[in-house]
Amino acid sequence: MNTAHYLKKWGILLGAVVLLFCIEEFAFWAINGFWQNLIILAGINMVAALGLNLINGYCGQFSLGHAGFMAIGGYTTAFFTMRFAWPDWMMHMPTDRYPIMFPLSLILGGLVAAVAGLIVGIPSLRLKGDYLAIVTLAFGEIVRVFLLNFDYMGAARGLTDIPKISSFFWVYGCVLLATVVVLNLINSSPGRAIISVREDELAAEVMGVWTTYYKVASFLMGAFLAGVAGGLMGHWLQILTPEKFNFVLSIEIVVIVVVGGMGSTSGVLLAAILLTALPELLRFTSGMAAVPGLSLLGQPSMRMILYSLMMILLMIYRPKGLCGNREIWDILKNRASGTPSEPRKKQAMP
Amino acid sequence: MEVVLQVLLNGLILGSVYALIALGYTMVYGVLRLINFAHGDVLMLGAFAGYFVGNAVAEVMPFPLLVTLIASMAICAAIGVLIERLAYKPVRSAPSLTSLITAMGVSLFLEYTTALVLGPTPRGFPQDKLLPDSTLIHAAGFPDVHSRDLVVMATALVLLGVLYYIVAHTRMGKAMRAVSFDKDASRLMGINVDRVISFTFAVGAALAAGGGVLYALKYGRVEPYMGIYPGLKAFIAAVLGGIGSIPGAMLGGLLIGFTEAGASYFFSTYRDAVVFSVLVLVLLVRPAGILGRGMVEKV
Repeated sequence: MNTAHYLKKWGILLGAVVLLFCIEEFAFWAINGFWQNLIILAGINMVAALGLNLINGYCGQFSLGHAGFMAIGGYTTAFFTMRFAWPDWMMHMPTDRYPIMFPLSLILGGLVAAVAGLIVGIPSLRLKGDYLAIVTLAFGEIVRVFLLNFDYMGAARGLTDIPKISSFFWVYGCVLLATVVVLNLINSSPGRAIISVREDELAAEVMGVWTTYYKVASFLMGAFLAGVAGGLMGHWLQILTPEKFNFVLSIEIVVIVVVGGMGSTSGVLLAAILLTALPELLRFTSGMAAVPGLSLLGQPSMRMILYSLMMILLMIYRPKGLCGNREIWDILKNRASGTPSEPRKKQAMP
Repeated sequence: MEVVLQVLLNGLILGSVYALIALGYTMVYGVLRLINFAHGDVLMLGAFAGYFVGNAVAEVMPFPLLVTLIASMAICAAIGVLIERLAYKPVRSAPSLTSLITAMGVSLFLEYTTALVLGPTPRGFPQDKLLPDSTLIHAAGFPDVHSRDLVVMATALVLLGVLYYIVAHTRMGKAMRAVSFDKDASRLMGINVDRVISFTFAVGAALAAGGGVLYALKYGRVEPYMGIYPGLKAFIAAVLGGIGSIPGAMLGGLLIGFTEAGASYFFSTYRDAVVFSVLVLVLLVRPAGILGRGMVEKV
């Protein structure tokens, strides 16, 4: 029974990887470049938001420095693919488009970002809520200022000519792995400990949960995923500038998590697609000058205005996001069986 | 020696403006436990109001700077109350995270709406029309002292004094202190809490507008995103001094002013990183800020 169970699980995973490979080889490069870009960026946002969801959503620690982790991961990955002397076979094995050195660089980028997460995670032992938010914000800005002055990696000009290795296979492979890891973690005993920190830190501590450990662990994992997202981003856009990783990027990821529902993996994935697609699709309206008002929607500032209005209205009318802290399949199951989908009781944060 | 004096002077000027802005953060936090992220953007709106009013009154009325300052403060006080009513009041009883995200939304909304309506390109602030500059002291071994800098500093200090008077010696100030101490108890004592909160926002926004006009007067330009960094640094000043504490905000403002003046003299490209690092270091040692009182969690 147990063996069959595991075989099935790994079989599904392997099948999904093969499917990704087939889409990449036979479908992805055939579609319009606009849609390619949209699909890839949505995937990158998914990875970053899954990481933030672990920190904000499951562990309840408010972080505003996600762009900092993404920057560290992005620059480190780019360093390893561009400046590091890989043995020749790693650059071309198994094929030129899937060099083994890319996932290795992504992991290294993620690990360096995770070390940064450890450094930021330690103050989270002493700080709570708003104060933690502001320290992580400060961290993101410090990273950005250092990159602005880091001449070896391009300083303010940015790092250019990064090889374009990110593709559907790599990005969605990362999404798949991140989703599986996060869901498995959350449904395990350490995952319940992480959620207990969010629900009531004091009670968790009284029950013998080592809250410090789980807070730092969720920071580490969240930062790792952000680093991987940054690496994927750099190898898709082929350029990294410190300005790309400013405060607004952190907010965009926070908004994805909040809109999706803090503590809902499927909700966050859905929100990543919606929020990546929405502003890009609004660009189409800039061509429709015939309809008054509609062309205004395509203005570059309009996208942020809509973003901000959505944040405010969502917080007023639906503060728990699209899915609350439930998963989409839980909601569907409840609806199908006719039981009212009562959200799990969530305590207000002190 | 001249360098040290120069840094101290710059720090004092910058610090008094930061203190002014930081007070708005600290007062709102005091009564609502809300980090008003949009405060820096109210500063930007104040600077824009100053830009339009200043250009209109510059050669028409006497004391154009005073008129500009008062008009801009009045406009922003109204905007501050409006923001509170529309965006913050509905989420007042929600967890702090909800109101923080709302505040970030308001901040982005103000920035990008201004960019959409007025255009994102920076405009020159009518510095010379409002207040001609001249060098007051020009001596060897002593930094140049500009009259405009002195006016900026003096105005900031006067506004700080006015605020102190309001909080410490008026009925409304007493009500504000009561609300920040215990909202429910003060409601039971017959204080109109909604009015006190609106008043706090009005005063905070007016101070931000004053800070915005002074900031624009010193640096000579206005643009939709100009509020982000002064706002962020003033917020850091408020946290540094212990958010919720009015003397703390003044102290923190001056401290950030000196830090930034020193950092921009000795390692200018890392200026912002130094300011943020100071915040992180202070919070590591004193998580509630220099003058803040630590909160004990009760079960």
